Amino acid sequence: MSDLWRLTGHEAHEGLRRREFTAVELTESVLTRVLEVEPQVHAYITVTADVALEQAREADAKYASGTATPLAGIPVAVKDLIVTKGVRTTAGSRILENFVPPYDSHVYEQLRRAGAVMVGKANMDEFAMGSSTEHSAFGPTSNPWDISLVPGGSSGGSAAAVAAGEALVALGSDTGGSIRQPAAFCGVVGLDPTYGRVSRFGIVAFGSSLDQVGPIGRDVEDVAVMLDCIAGHDPRDATSNPEPKPDFRNYLARGIEGMRIGVPKEYFVEGMEPGVRARIDESLRILEQDLGCTVDRELSLPSTEHALAVYYIIAPSEASANLARYDGVKYGFSDRTGNSMWQNMEDTRQGGFGVEVKRRIMLGTYALSAGYYDAYYVKAQKVRTLINREFQAAFERYDLIVTPTAPTVAFPIGAKLDDPYAMYLNDIYTIPASVAGLPAISVPCGESEGLPVGVQFIGNFWQEGKLLQAAYAFETAVGWANRVAEVGGSG
Amino acid sequence: MTSTVAIDFETVIGLEVHVQLMTKSKMFCGCSTEYSGAEPNTHVCPVCMGMPGVLPVINERAIEYISMTGLALNCEIAGFSKFDRKNYPYPDLMKGYQISQYDLPICQNGWLDIQVPGEEPRRIGITRVHMEEDTARLLHRVDASTGEGYSLIDVNRSGTPLMEIVSEPDMRTPAEAREYLVRLRQILRYIGVSDANMEEGNFRCDANVSLRPFGADAFGTKVEVKNMNSFRAVHDALVFEQARQAEVLRSGGTIPQETRGWVDERSVTVSQRSKEEAHDYRYFPEPDLPPLRLSRDWVARVGAKLPELPAKRKERLLALGLSEDEAVTLTESRERAEYYDATHAALGDTPRAAKLAANWVLSEALRWSNVNAKDLDALPIGPGQLAELILMVEGKAITSQVAKDVFEAMAASGKGAQEIVDEQGLGAISGADELTGIVRRVIASNEKAVADYRAGKEASLKFLLGQVMRETKGRATPQVAQELIATELAE
Ligand SMILES: [Zn+2]
Repeated sequence: MSDLWRLTGHEAHEGLRRREFTAVELTESVLTRVLEVEPQVHAYITVTADVALEQAREADAKYASGTATPLAGIPVAVKDLIVTKGVRTTAGSRILENFVPPYDSHVYEQLRRAGAVMVGKANMDEFAMGSSTEHSAFGPTSNPWDISLVPGGSSGGSAAAVAAGEALVALGSDTGGSIRQPAAFCGVVGLDPTYGRVSRFGIVAFGSSLDQVGPIGRDVEDVAVMLDCIAGHDPRDATSNPEPKPDFRNYLARGIEGMRIGVPKEYFVEGMEPGVRARIDESLRILEQDLGCTVDRELSLPSTEHALAVYYIIAPSEASANLARYDGVKYGFSDRTGNSMWQNMEDTRQGGFGVEVKRRIMLGTYALSAGYYDAYYVKAQKVRTLINREFQAAFERYDLIVTPTAPTVAFPIGAKLDDPYAMYLNDIYTIPASVAGLPAISVPCGESEGLPVGVQFIGNFWQEGKLLQAAYAFETAVGWANRVAEVGGSG
Repeated sequence: MTSTVAIDFETVIGLEVHVQLMTKSKMFCGCSTEYSGAEPNTHVCPVCMGMPGVLPVINERAIEYISMTGLALNCEIAGFSKFDRKNYPYPDLMKGYQISQYDLPICQNGWLDIQVPGEEPRRIGITRVHMEEDTARLLHRVDASTGEGYSLIDVNRSGTPLMEIVSEPDMRTPAEAREYLVRLRQILRYIGVSDANMEEGNFRCDANVSLRPFGADAFGTKVEVKNMNSFRAVHDALVFEQARQAEVLRSGGTIPQETRGWVDERSVTVSQRSKEEAHDYRYFPEPDLPPLRLSRDWVARVGAKLPELPAKRKERLLALGLSEDEAVTLTESRERAEYYDATHAALGDTPRAAKLAANWVLSEALRWSNVNAKDLDALPIGPGQLAELILMVEGKAITSQVAKDVFEAMAASGKGAQEIVDEQGLGAISGADELTGIVRRVIASNEKAVADYRAGKEASLKFLLGQVMRETKGRATPQVAQELIATELAE
């Protein structure tokens, strides 16, 4: 019973349903695991043990009364930009280090309704700006497979927690790859839903036209269960899709024979590690030969080479406005040592934001300034439209597009910290789908140099079902799913 | 001073008016807008406080109100418009940006006809009407013990729907500017979208004013004037500004583009901000709100809710045979105009009825309105009851002198005319039987007047009639009484 933390969410739900163990026992097992590995991994900014045990007791009552749904009693890591009433929510920033929200985000409300158990608030790059979780004001997270490496980011804490058994499943957020890239680095499954599929109400905003909350799990089924819980219309988010959501779990076992898969040739560029390339080639072979898909490697998406530039104009522009509210006047960190209101606001922002956040605020402010707006922001929006059109044309011929999730496996902590552009290139495969608002999932496809590699499936708008269907078949064929990193001490 | 200006220069004035809309809830959240007199920070929520992760949702009623305003001002209503973020830091701006509309306002290209009494009518162009949100309110205080100044923030007003109405630079005199504001306020109150009360701050006006030599096509450099809190202040500030600018220009100087504030106590404008210090607002489309699409059907339905507007109403009243003055006064407010229409309708559809109703509304009803500082919808005498009173006078059941007292009694008690006449025995005395005795008594006790009359002084008859009226407390029907007096004296 001591290894309950090794279970996936759906396995644990079965065990709970059959009364093999209680939600409190499951939660205690995970909290013990947290105590054991957290010193090495540092997946959490805040561990909410009391909240977790209270929620576990409530979940046990649901199982006792026969009203438990699949997430009841399941320990979840919640990225720390997901607002949780009464529980400190920092977004990885010093400027919110003492911010205790008086309201809940939509997704956390949904988790609560489903009876899930919150283990803690997961570490992240400050305001989700980063690809390594090194830009957290609370220190970096380590990759559970090798603690000298980064877990990816910005949802590095969420992915590492799931990979290390510090949670069974997690919620992350994705703006340009922030769920998929850490999922790939940590050997777990991560889904970025269609923009508008999941309410952004209560998600600390970074790039509002790109941000989307999504699930991370050790297998595709857990990701489907989580999406079923958080997706759907929320009138508090005007960009949320009012259409009823399908039952995503229904798609899993449908098989993918005959699916048409496009592989964009522009993605196989220099910078992709040979080990990653080999795993992707192997994945395409599995899809074609073992699973009966047609694979076309001649798909061309020429505009996607500009997606990175588009992203680094639009996301910082939106961020420059989204982060204007943090001025020390209303809540959060406040430096009041200056001799005027303006000085205090400036000192608060100077001391409260980290270097990467300040860099992006300046980038965005510049791109929106008079005289530059047309050349940067307006042009970026036009290219964004072109990228959308290219994807739409591709989806007339293909069901799904397959790419690597990241060009490399996890890299050493500190390796790219002084080279922002090298860091930005990490998201080169994930950013195009984000810019287009399309759903995409990263699934483990094996290892390179002993480290997990992820393959990315991109679907058309609202086709998370088809994505999960393909990912599930692929995961089964690859046979790498549901592995937990031991992290040294566990034995 | 004004007249010497007019010799050399033409004044060019454009006005920007901010109007708080009377919606029940705020522009982007569910908080009540009825915070007048409430404790500070009691009508607030995470959305209007600009807390992390919250999102705006458009108040449909506000869009309806602004569309009604646009239609009343002869604007085109855009089928497609959008919201934008206007970025500037200030402690009263909770998000660090204001949600406003930049290049695609809801209403454009309208006009409003005005006429300064005694001058030619003029048509003032309306450039645009757009929607935005109000800011919080700063309260500046001084610490009594240290003498140090500090500021408090009341967030109740934050997020209140605000409509900005921008005119073309079509006004040429301060009197026209004032007339424009009077007519604009009248329309806003007619259509019921705002209290439009300048003193209470829900109708605020900024003016752009410049001078150019008479006959010139090009505009001079404009100065923006702010801080005017009454129609009089707008008028006085413009008078001051046209004199100031003329003096600068005449002495060979130039007018710098700047913002000036009106200082009411000193009756001057002072420079607040030069063009160089102007903000770069870095407008960009609000990613949290999808573009607004208003269908022709929807606009038509909104248009159908508009009442008959003052200009139309006035024309209709003129056609009934009323004078210009009467028509203008009766259509001053929608309540007054509707009261008049209802009274007229109750009296019957005749020219005489139109005139009778006008006489009574303009005299007794308006006197009550002025004394009680309330509009006619609050008058306890309904239009039907007033018509009943008028018809009693018409039918000579009471005298017009008594009718005024009956009106007062009705207003005080809410009782009907007949009831009061019956209770107090106020019916007209027109029978010769009843009156002859009184007439004889009066003749007997006024020997001098009788002698004067007989000596050819016709006016003495009026004096005697007055005595009869006094004896009967106004109830004697004057024509009958006069005839009786004449007959008695002739004998
Ligand atoms: Zn509110």
